[in-house]
Amino acid sequence: MKIVVCIKQVPDTKGGVVFNPDGTLNRAAMLTIMNPDDKAGLEAALRIKEAHPGTTVTVLTMGLPKAEDVLLEAMAMGADDGVLVTDRVLGGADTWATSTTIAGALRNIDYDLIITGRQAIDGDTAQVGPQIAEHLGIPVISYAEDIKVDEAAKTVEVKRQYDDRYHILKANMPCLVTALAELSKEPMYMTPGGIFDAVDQKADRITVWGRKDLKDVDDKDLGLKGSPTKIAKASDKVRKGAGEKVSLDPQASVEYIMGKLNEKHLI
Amino acid sequence: MDFIIDKKHEMARSLFADFAQKEVKPLAQEIDETEEFPRATVEKMAKYGFMGIAVPKEYGGQGCDPLTYVMCVEELAKVCGTTAVIVSAHSSLCCDPIMNYGTEEQKQKYLVPLAKGEKLGAFALTEPGAGTDAQGAQTKAVLDESTNEWVLNGSKCFITNGKEADIYVIIAVTDITTDKKGRPKKNFSAFIVEKGTPGFTFGTKEKKMGIRASSTYELIFQDCRIPAENLLGVRGKGFQEAMHTLDGGRIGIAAQALGLGEGAIDRTIEFVKERKQFGRSIAAFQNTQFQLADMATRMQAAQYLVYAAAEAKKNKPRFSVEAAEAKLFAAEAAMAVTTKAVQLHGGYGYTREYDVERMMRDAKITEIYEGTSEVQRMVISGNLLK
Repeated sequence: MKIVVCIKQVPDTKGGVVFNPDGTLNRAAMLTIMNPDDKAGLEAALRIKEAHPGTTVTVLTMGLPKAEDVLLEAMAMGADDGVLVTDRVLGGADTWATSTTIAGALRNIDYDLIITGRQAIDGDTAQVGPQIAEHLGIPVISYAEDIKVDEAAKTVEVKRQYDDRYHILKANMPCLVTALAELSKEPMYMTPGGIFDAVDQKADRITVWGRKDLKDVDDKDLGLKGSPTKIAKASDKVRKGAGEKVSLDPQASVEYIMGKLNEKHLI
Repeated sequence: MDFIIDKKHEMARSLFADFAQKEVKPLAQEIDETEEFPRATVEKMAKYGFMGIAVPKEYGGQGCDPLTYVMCVEELAKVCGTTAVIVSAHSSLCCDPIMNYGTEEQKQKYLVPLAKGEKLGAFALTEPGAGTDAQGAQTKAVLDESTNEWVLNGSKCFITNGKEADIYVIIAVTDITTDKKGRPKKNFSAFIVEKGTPGFTFGTKEKKMGIRASSTYELIFQDCRIPAENLLGVRGKGFQEAMHTLDGGRIGIAAQALGLGEGAIDRTIEFVKERKQFGRSIAAFQNTQFQLADMATRMQAAQYLVYAAAEAKKNKPRFSVEAAEAKLFAAEAAMAVTTKAVQLHGGYGYTREYDVERMMRDAKITEIYEGTSEVQRMVISGNLLK
């Protein structure tokens, strides 16, 4: 079985956030980590690989050349190989342009199962995974908290987290699943030997693709120019005001709160 | 001797630091209190290859270099001195001599499970009457030719991983010869002994000042019979083999000391920024700033010596002086720095609520075991005056 995990290098929230003048993130200037939901997806893929011998796990990322680091980390954890999609013309992509690009790369790869994180901590859209599935015309199950694979039947069974319940869904492979951080049962780490192998064998195990390698995509759908989303304003966390404190008896409190909600047209 | 920290080392350090923060730090204070060996942590470290970092892949290890191993011990020691010494004693004192002196059969039988972390290793040279004077050791091994077995009698003390280990490298007297002046001379040999061998039992558990969850025991051998093929290395060369093994071990302990000092600085930086006296954080006082500057400079110098010693181990057949200098400097730096860390914490630093109290107790042993600071000075000056 072939699993592709889409992973993203995101700013480490422990470091500072740096913006470009156009409101996009200056990724080159920030400390980075593997996006937590993606890491949970990778861990799920590696557990499937352990349970189903012969399974291969490929990790795919789109980003600056330094996004190679996140592929090395994934390979040091046990992924077999990696694909880095990097090209100047792909920069500044929103979710539409990103999913178009990644789908264009995935059309070159054999897969039974694609796993993406639910969402990235830098964008929080949760759109890219399902969009990739749309582009590729395959089923998608989002918000996975557990994934079971039936290799013989070529199906996956996914426990999907919902607002107030779980859904148990089954899909035929090939399909795409978006992973929640809850998929991570316990922290998984690299191994020292895995690190040495990943770095030493980088040239053989990481494939680098640019625009020309993307299959069946149109230039108008790529990069900043191909992004329908325009960022009006971006900023680091803004401190909220201290709020308003009142001391009233319960009945008056209810009236006060209802009045405020009415005033702001919230009810 | 130079060393280069490349991409692999940077990634390995981030792995060890991440593991230490998530898996080791949360237990450090608790296991110090309970003196309970952190078996679950050792199993996790085994799962991720920490128990065979510098062992070649063909023997179940990770195939990394001594510098990577040193970084592992350093990062573990930043949060827990006990966990660091478990890895160090297992790797430097048990895996290394089997790697260096073992036959192919011994490597397959013992090194492979050790490097995979399926088995835990220990090393025993010290005896009640033979510490720094290691030649004073009395434990004997006599070959019973009728059964082709070695018969061990005697006892070893202060053995790290003592009761928890599965495989032990034991140094014992095998022959008495005469030296050039006609005086009797002990010849030592090394042996591999498995836990559970009849006649091999454990004595008292040491109640220690620091590294309290590391299992430090007396080993007792009473007519303990081991197969002839468990002789490790050359008969009569055991003392030289033990000394060479300790050269490697000293780099591990130097890395432990390095980590303890660095960890104490980390904790102190956090504390002095929070702690307020006279209306401002104590980090704003020049005494705090200058003390921290001295502490950091000292540990940085220690780090260079320790990394250079690790690189010397990789590149040179003999590295006694590099190892001795690294251990001497790092251990004394760790003791001084952890003491200053307690001082900067004031009364809080003297309580067991704060990590620096434990780190200061843990640091003391690095000046003592695997050769005291005085022994390191003997090694270094002996080389200068030879």
